Amino acid sequence: MAIDVRVPTVLRKHTDGEAKVSGEGSTLAELVNDLDGRHAGLRDALVGTDGQLHRFINVYLNDEDVRFLGGIQTPLRDGDTVSILPAVAGG
Amino acid sequence: MGQFAEGRAALTRAQIQGRIDLDRQTFDALVAHAHSDAPYEVCGFLAGADGQVSRHYEIPNAARSMTFYTMDAKAMLQAMNDMDDRGIELIAIYHSHTHTEAFPSATDLELAAYPDAVYLIISLQDDTPIVRGYDIVEHKVTERIVFLDGDKAPAGKR
Repeated sequence: MAIDVRVPTVLRKHTDGEAKVSGEGSTLAELVNDLDGRHAGLRDALVGTDGQLHRFINVYLNDEDVRFLGGIQTPLRDGDTVSILPAVAGG
Repeated sequence: MGQFAEGRAALTRAQIQGRIDLDRQTFDALVAHAHSDAPYEVCGFLAGADGQVSRHYEIPNAARSMTFYTMDAKAMLQAMNDMDDRGIELIAIYHSHTHTEAFPSATDLELAAYPDAVYLIISLQDDTPIVRGYDIVEHKVTERIVFLDGDKAPAGKR
């Protein structure tokens, strides 16, 4: 279950500057936990204490917004690509 | 800001810091976009290479609000992927303020997550549209001087 993960600039402090990392998991939640084992801090950057994705973090599975799939419980398959982008928002 | 050389040709990377250069066509396109959905805020990206804008992406404001914007998540990803495909980079993130000055709001500072981008704000508050630019890094704001075809763009009342 290898999942490619594209990491944005602002989160690369957790990945030693790497723009692309690899992880494992059958759901997005499992992937995030797996990644956090090697890239400490990544989980907190993505997921709140309620276990849900932060409102201003966009996570995409193969270019689809996971909010419209299964959120943090979105199922993943071998070879999927997960992209992370901080939301662009303001007032 | 007299230390900045006028014109584009002789600029070093260091000199690009502290300013952002727009050509008239891009500037007018930003203002036209801002007017197109007023009084709601609009948003988008400018991309290019070495600080020179070559691509303008209008991104739908999913909030469609007079006081808030949040880029449509899918359209935003498509724009980012298009930049990758073209080998260009994100230069600026812009949005409009339809009733307030071209200065970052508290919300703008709180949610700014792209320290490598210049944040442009287009204000329609006065008769003359004003475009001002900022670096926003860890909630701290530093103004960039906006140059329009090599000359300082009007910055409005301070």
